[in-house]
Amino acid sequence: MSGSVVRPTGKTGRLLAANAWLVYLFFYAPIVVLVIYSFSDSRNVGVWGGFTLDWYEDFGNSRQAKGALTNSLKVAVASTVVAVVLGTMSALAIERYRFRGRAFFDALLYLPVIVPDVTMAVMLLLFFAEAASLFGFSKGFATITLSHIAFSISFVSIVVRARISGMSEQLEEAAMDLYATRRQAFRYVTLPAIMPGITGGALLAFTLSLDDVVITEFVTGPGWTTLPVFVFGLIRKGVTPLINAISVIMLIASMGLVALSLLAERARGDRGSEA
Amino acid sequence: MEDIKNPAVELTGVTKRFDDVIAVDTIDLRIADGEFFAMLGPSGCGKTTTLRMIAGLEFPTQGSLKIFGDEVGTLPPNKRPVNTVFQNYALFPHMNVLDNASFGLRMQGVDKGEAAQRAREAIEMVRLGGMEKRKPNQLSGGQQQRVALARALVNRPKVLLLDEPLGALDLKLRQEMQHELKELQRELGVSFVFVTHDQEEALTMSDRIAVMDHGKLLQVGSPDEIYEHPANRFVADFIGQTNFLDGTVRDSETVVLANGSAVAAPSRHTAGTKVALSLRPERIIIRDRGDNEAQPGTDGRGLNGVIRDVTYMGNSLAYTVAIDWMEVEVRTENRPSVARLNPGTNVALTWLDTGASVVAD
Amino acid sequence: MATTVETIAEAVTPEFEHSNERLRRRRGALLALPAYLYLIIFFVIPFGIVVVYSFATRTRFGTDLSGWNLNSYRRLGDDLVRDVLFRSAWLALLTTVVCLVLAYPFSYYMATRSERTRNLMLVFVMIPFWTNFLVRTYAWRVILGTDGPYSQLTSAVGLGSGRLLFTQVAVVLGLVYGFLPFMILPLYASIERVDPRLLEASRDLYATGFGTFRRILLPLSMPGVIAGSILVFVPSLGAYVTPSILGGAKTTLLGSYIVTQFLSARDFPFGAALSFVLMIVMLSATLIYFRKGGRTL
Repeated sequence: MSGSVVRPTGKTGRLLAANAWLVYLFFYAPIVVLVIYSFSDSRNVGVWGGFTLDWYEDFGNSRQAKGALTNSLKVAVASTVVAVVLGTMSALAIERYRFRGRAFFDALLYLPVIVPDVTMAVMLLLFFAEAASLFGFSKGFATITLSHIAFSISFVSIVVRARISGMSEQLEEAAMDLYATRRQAFRYVTLPAIMPGITGGALLAFTLSLDDVVITEFVTGPGWTTLPVFVFGLIRKGVTPLINAISVIMLIASMGLVALSLLAERARGDRGSEA
Repeated sequence: MEDIKNPAVELTGVTKRFDDVIAVDTIDLRIADGEFFAMLGPSGCGKTTTLRMIAGLEFPTQGSLKIFGDEVGTLPPNKRPVNTVFQNYALFPHMNVLDNASFGLRMQGVDKGEAAQRAREAIEMVRLGGMEKRKPNQLSGGQQQRVALARALVNRPKVLLLDEPLGALDLKLRQEMQHELKELQRELGVSFVFVTHDQEEALTMSDRIAVMDHGKLLQVGSPDEIYEHPANRFVADFIGQTNFLDGTVRDSETVVLANGSAVAAPSRHTAGTKVALSLRPERIIIRDRGDNEAQPGTDGRGLNGVIRDVTYMGNSLAYTVAIDWMEVEVRTENRPSVARLNPGTNVALTWLDTGASVVAD
Repeated sequence: MATTVETIAEAVTPEFEHSNERLRRRRGALLALPAYLYLIIFFVIPFGIVVVYSFATRTRFGTDLSGWNLNSYRRLGDDLVRDVLFRSAWLALLTTVVCLVLAYPFSYYMATRSERTRNLMLVFVMIPFWTNFLVRTYAWRVILGTDGPYSQLTSAVGLGSGRLLFTQVAVVLGLVYGFLPFMILPLYASIERVDPRLLEASRDLYATGFGTFRRILLPLSMPGVIAGSILVFVPSLGAYVTPSILGGAKTTLLGSYIVTQFLSARDFPFGAALSFVLMIVMLSATLIYFRKGGRTL
């Protein structure tokens, strides 16, 4: 194909293409290596010692690991549900209404996204320490879930807002012109139209909750741990092939979520072309 | 094609392929120095690609492209003595008018002071003096258009390329700019190569027009050649309005129409060729024939019909006339001396020998 | 409005208009309220507590909130602390620059592909973005570990058994690996928004390819450059997981240093002061971004 000015061919074009392949190699080679070595029959995590499934069996036999996985899922589900409701409501409020304090609320919603994990963790650690001294409760499932909601609301709200802002307000007006009440217009027009955004936001919140190490580690109590915190603790004690196996399981979970989010996006695209 | 000595732009066998699509198909074209040249066609016909190849923004897949005799086929745009006025202007949004206008000179290494001086003159020339410090988004569409013009012309290009330069303007401003562009071109004496899909614009502004469709060059000629002697059915249809009466060539002087009537229409097509008689609405002479059933034309150029509908168009009247097998549109000037006919009137349609042309597909 | 349908005959008065507007405002505020309250309780108040703690005094049994002082902030000037701060800033900057150098040409390449290729490329950037961060960092531990693939590779090439683990290089590598998608996505979004005709116009006006990049493409994609840099720099500065897995004693970054104050040294006031500094860096970076005309991150 002959080139144009914007899409250079020749040396520049080849360099650009090489860089792109390099970036992808960089992204995926470590993941592939990790998966391969999770099947390696060797105590040393980076050395190949023949094929085995022992480490996955170890995971199956580890009550601690399975318990941590269950905890992770509980927190992820609970925090996602709350964050989706609150995040969607705030997105609607900001995109569709003006009210006192809107600008401050808008800025406040962005902060949890850009604040480094560590800062957020410190804030919540001290907060729960103070709250516990006032009300007296033990840290664990509740504190972790409350913390995850605190950052997930913002992510959900941003994703849903993007969807709402791309949707014409005329749709609702048209619905009301066709005798829908405000509630019906929301139920039959607005909600289906922003649904892909809500799904996307929910998947993001779920993923972030399953990924979080730092904040969870700060706000958890004794004896209660999630899978990433459990794995992180193992890594710091010294790497074992069991970690490889758990990592691959977490990797598969991540990939599953990516696939789901792509499907959600696909549905969004289809809806768009129908409209 | 006329013989052009020392053409400003010369394309020989130029083809441009995008993946499987042939955008421009073996085009031969010569554009004279100092002429106002329009490339006309529907969107996707290859006219913009051709312009972009002259500019150096795309490179031909095949063929030779010369500017003032120098082969420039694969030369990047910054090494060509041509400049472009882009569709929607492509003004740099982060630079003010002066920086936009002096950009080309600065890139050629002209020192800052002189570049600014010359850019100011160019801005003055397009009557935007005083707007130097404005950003593009603070200008109206017409003003942006002038900046784009100044930005290109300040480099004193040997050929100025314009890609639908008036497309974004409203009608009134458009007509004003058409006039201004023409003046400017006459003053500067350099060739303007102008891409448009608006046939009226092409007719009023250009010295010559190239009509393109599906990547092919269909006809090159002066506006009246193209209007009066279209090379084929597509050109006749695309330029102006016309009625097509399908028929078959009988001999070099006669065409037999669909209803079997023979009309005088000289052509170079061989006998038996399927053709169409192209009758421009304003070239048809319409008159009331009462109940007279006789053939209207005295020299074999005429048809009988009945007026179905009259549309009042201000400066003209459009009649829809039913003839045996189809409807024909006829236009007359709206003048007191021209009688207005009513629907239902039996009419005779005639035309002079220059009023019709025979076109094949 | 639905409620007005039944009251057909009523004329619109300024009072009606006014109360209608009030109703809309109240509805908006009500929708926002739950999330608003939530963030006040779980973000604004905790932030306030951090600020209060940073002025408190550390005691043998915990933290004394009564005597306000600047001791924790004074300690920022200590040699040891300054070392950590400078090193963090340097490594975070290095990470940002490496990401930028890799991501800019990548994003440009992606932005100039056909739509299908572009979407495909984007999907393969999104996958690491969605993949568990801890796991991705851990993968490098496997690669760089003793007798692992990396050292096998270096000895095969004849460079001896290479050792990167627990060095600054390993930390920067891990940070780049972790945060590269955060650079690519905003960069791609802003490069893709640049009208290609502007680049063509620049070339038409005698600029070279590099000149066009410097004077047109780069300034116009600056919002993406700044957004990406913030999204990489700030979390790198606050990184904790990456240095704990890939770094050693000499690679303490601000993030891990803060964690140490809370989880092992139990010096809450000093930890709070450090967190506050990190927060200020983040806020000023964000302000610069919005000042420069960026709209969304």
